[in-house]
This record gives sequence, structure tokens and C-alpha cells, in this order.
Amino acid sequence: MSAIETRPEAPLLVADGLTKTYRLPGGERLTAADRVSFTVPRGGSLGVVGESGSGKSTVARMLVGLVRPDAGTVAVDGRDRATRPPSFGRAAHRLARAREIQMVFQDPYISLDPRLTARHCLRTSLRLHGRDAGDGRIAALLDQVGLGAREAGARPHELSGGQCQRLAIARALAVDPRVLVLDEAVAALDVSIQAQILRLLDEIRRDTEVALVFVSHDLAVVRHITEETVVMRRGTVVEQGPTSRVLGAPEDPYTRLLLASVPRRGWDPADAERARAEADAA
Amino acid sequence: MLLDIQNLTLGLPGAARPLLAEVSLRVGAGETVGLVGESGSGKSTTAKTVLRLLPEAASVTGRVLVDGTDVLALDGAGLRAHRAGTVAMVHQDPRSALNPVRRVGDFLVERLTSTGTTDRRTARAKAVELLGAVGLSEPERRFGQRPHELSGGMLQRVVIAGALAAEPRLLLADESTSALDVTTQAEILALLRSLREQRDLGMLFITHDLHLAAAFCDRVYVMYAGRVVEQQEADRLFTHARHPYTRGLLACSPELEDIDRALEPIPGRPPSLSDTFTGCPFATRCPHAEPECGTWIPEPVPLPGGGTAACRRLADLPEGPVEQPVLAKRSPA
Repeated sequence: MSAIETRPEAPLLVADGLTKTYRLPGGERLTAADRVSFTVPRGGSLGVVGESGSGKSTVARMLVGLVRPDAGTVAVDGRDRATRPPSFGRAAHRLARAREIQMVFQDPYISLDPRLTARHCLRTSLRLHGRDAGDGRIAALLDQVGLGAREAGARPHELSGGQCQRLAIARALAVDPRVLVLDEAVAALDVSIQAQILRLLDEIRRDTEVALVFVSHDLAVVRHITEETVVMRRGTVVEQGPTSRVLGAPEDPYTRLLLASVPRRGWDPADAERARAEADAA
Repeated sequence: MLLDIQNLTLGLPGAARPLLAEVSLRVGAGETVGLVGESGSGKSTTAKTVLRLLPEAASVTGRVLVDGTDVLALDGAGLRAHRAGTVAMVHQDPRSALNPVRRVGDFLVERLTSTGTTDRRTARAKAVELLGAVGLSEPERRFGQRPHELSGGMLQRVVIAGALAAEPRLLLADESTSALDVTTQAEILALLRSLREQRDLGMLFITHDLHLAAAFCDRVYVMYAGRVVEQQEADRLFTHARHPYTRGLLACSPELEDIDRALEPIPGRPPSLSDTFTGCPFATRCPHAEPECGTWIPEPVPLPGGGTAACRRLADLPEGPVEQPVLAKRSPA
């Protein structure tokens, strides 16, 4: 904490040289992420974009600690997440790490326990982390994501997809994380509900100064809600920088191909074909 | 008119409201028509009625004419010939459309031999030709490969080749590029566009992505709660959308350009099948609704520039491009 107070410009989240290689059947190796580095300031928002197999989800899972990197480090507030402070036991360290970075997945029907009501879901998480799990706190958390008393008593199958995703966000926010990692968290939602969730995330970021890492294949969404963008292809970062620059005036031919492939007003699939020829030539 | 759906209403016993209500839709030969809406709006159900793939015990009124023949009145041999020959459908997930333990070539040969090509050797040659026609490299080698050896985009090409096997006149594409990566989606769209031109195919293109529909299609129908709420030429939909739901969709869809525009969510949620309506189904989410909208049964009102919109407040609604509230630039913290 003191590091932030004395050096306000220090980034909140630092990923440095994250690398992960998987062994494939037949002895081949697949480098899912190759020396991926970026920083996110407090209250900032970073987009990680790429197509399937680009390694963006692997990066998200390394940030949270679901995948152990072969090399590289993740630090929050200047502290390496892999190193356990001597004063912490294993379990305490694991919980402390979970409080730093929380994750929201694509499909809330899988990531939420189907047997727990919304209220119970939040209470479980709050108790696990030794927080106030009173009804007032739970109601406040649900209210923050736009869920009311009826939803508090409902189980996931009694909620819509959008409501479930709100609950998943409330659960992530319950422990006051410094960073929220969202892996395709709005991809499965109808567009009118997607806009509601995006607006909610923006409000939460302003109110709580939580930093967002937004992993997505959807360039338009990333352009709308992030300040910095990392573009990945086959495990490597091909381009990164301010979102307005990367997605507004891309330098890498692959980024240009991605952008040219997005349907929009006056778009022709042939535009993408031309960009592909350039990307292949490069 | 190649496909002419007239006042199609489809009900299910036990459902609180009809799945489809008074749907009318036309697709001409060589025309690409978009069908847009959120989940549960009735887009897929509409497409399936063209193949008469209806839920058990569904009650149907209205007509579905393909080349003048009413599909709902067909049975037996006539229906089989219709499904096998005249119309083909391409679904979202190519992996579930193909048998994982058989070669992709066998999938095509089976379709060819069941739709007229009697000789297996001719069928094999035709299958290889089709694999080439959908842009797969080395079609001879592809013929012998199994689905797990091909990527999602390549498999969708195989499925499209299968759809073309019987030389259909009408193609129903149900979210057939939604599961693909964006660069692969562009490739498949380019393929569909060139096939349409070569073969004069009529296409009903179903998608949840309004921008994709407007960019790819000639005309677009927008559905909500089982009804067509608006129908216009695709270009005009961006600049002259009239129905409050269409305008709401445009205002809440993120775009690559216009990033200073704030996304305006539509309040509430899309209706489920248990929601019932006494009037306009969109009234509860509509910023322009009046009490009378709650009892007004929607009917299409012709628009001056062509197309229709089913809204009783059309005369009082804003025209032109969707107003775009501008975001206050956030200063870097």
C-alpha cells in the first residue's frame, strides 16, 4: 500500500514476461503465451484481444493464478503474486491472492453454483474471506449490480443470463479486489443486455477504482471500454498501446486484418481479403 | 417471389403467447435478406418453418410459399423433395452437423446420392468439385479427412458444400458465421456472397448482429417477441431506422468508429415465452410508449422510403440517424 502512496504513478498490475508452453501429444510443444508483458494503472482498463488460440485466455488465467507461468511474474502493488510472505500460511496466501484479483467467466451458469441462491452465493464468498456477511452488506452488493430482493432469493436457473452475469460480478466485487479479470464476460449476452453490463462495469470502475482486464474477441466492445489494448496472435503480442491508437491507427498488419474483418456500415468482405493478403505478405 | 411467408402465426399448447405472430417476409431469387433479433425473438423458428421443421403439436396459421408451393400443405414425398432439393440450411456449429467418425467426403457423397446422383463415382468427383468450389485447398486430400483434422472455418465450408450439393434455390443461414473468428467470418461471408452471385441463390441470413446484417444483406427484417417490428433496405436501416426497438439496438451496439458515443442500454430484458402481451410487446421497454400502446395490436405501417415499421407512434418519433449521446472524455487518472 505504501508503495502506491509514495509513488502514485506506479502501476497497479504488472505482468512481466509471462510465458506458458504446453506439451502436445506426440512430443510437440505449443507456446500458448510467449513473453507477454503489460501494466495497468489503478482504476485503468486493459483489453486483451485476439482470435481463438491466440493465448488471451491463458494470459487471463495466469493473472488470476489458475495457470502457473513457466516464466514471468505477475505483481500487484509491486508485490510478486507467486512469492508467499513469511508471515502468511499457504491458505492465507491463497486467499490474499484471490482478494487481489478476481475473475468473471463467460458462462455464469457454469461458474455459479446452481444450488445456491444469489444471497447465499455472496455470503459464502464473504465468509470465506472473513468479511461482514450480514444482510445489509449483501443487499448493498446486489444493489451495486442492479439486482433486488426478488433476485436475492433466486437460484441461477431462476435468473436470466444477464442477471446471472451481474451476480458473478457482484461475487467478484464482494472481496474488494484491486483487479477484475473478465474473460469474454459479455460475449454470450444479448446486445441490449451486453450494453447494460458494460455500463455497469464502467460505473463500478469509476466508483471503486478497480482495474479491469477485459479479455475479448470483440474489437468494438474493447474499443468502447478500455484505455490500453494488447493484440495477441498465436501466443505472442503483435501490438500494444493506447486503445485509440492500436484500434484507430494500427501499425501491425495483423491488427489491420482484424479490424478490416469487423462488419460495419459500408463494409465489404473483400476488404478483409485485401488486408489478409497484406498480413500474409508481411 | 422465391420465399413468401404470409401472416404466419405459430402457437404451442401451454405457451403463454404465440412463438410467431403474423410474420410476413419475402426473399427474391439472388437476394440476401437479413433476419435480426435477440434470443427468443423467433428468428430461427421462422427459418425452420420454411423446412416445415415445427415443434410437435404446434398450431400454425398463415402460408409459407416457396416458389409458389405452400410448404405447410406438403406431405410425404413432396415434403422430402422440398427438404432435400429446394431449400438448404446452414447452422451455427459445423462440428455438430458432421459425423465425427466419417470422412467429410462421405458426408457429401451421401447427400449427392440421396438427391439424384446415382453413380458413386460421379458423386465422388462432384464432391471433390464442391470442396474446391467452397474455397478449400487440396480438395482431393480434404475428401479423405475427418472433421477433427479441419478447423472450424474449414468445416463450415464443408457444411456449405453439403448445402449446395442438391443445387438449392434458397439458402437458410442460421447464425452460420457467429461461432467463427472474425477473420474467418469475413472469409465465409465472402464465399456466401460469391456463391449467391454465381448461383442466383436467395438467402435468408439470420443473425443477432445488426451491423453484420446491415453490411451483408440487401434488406433486413427486425424481430421482437415473435413479431416483425421493422423491415427496410439495409442501407436505410442505419440512417433511417424508425421503430424504437431498432433504434434501441443501434444505440446499444458498440461500433469501431464513433467511440465517443456512450452505449445506451435498452432497459429491461428481452421477453421470454412466459411473458404475455395485450398490445405492443416492446411497450414496457420503450422510451416513447403511451398507455394506449399497451392495448394496440402491432401492425406494419408503410414507411415513406420503403419498408414497414410496426409502431403506433411513428408520426411522433424522431427520424434520421440514431441520436448519439457523446461521452464526456475521461481524463487519464
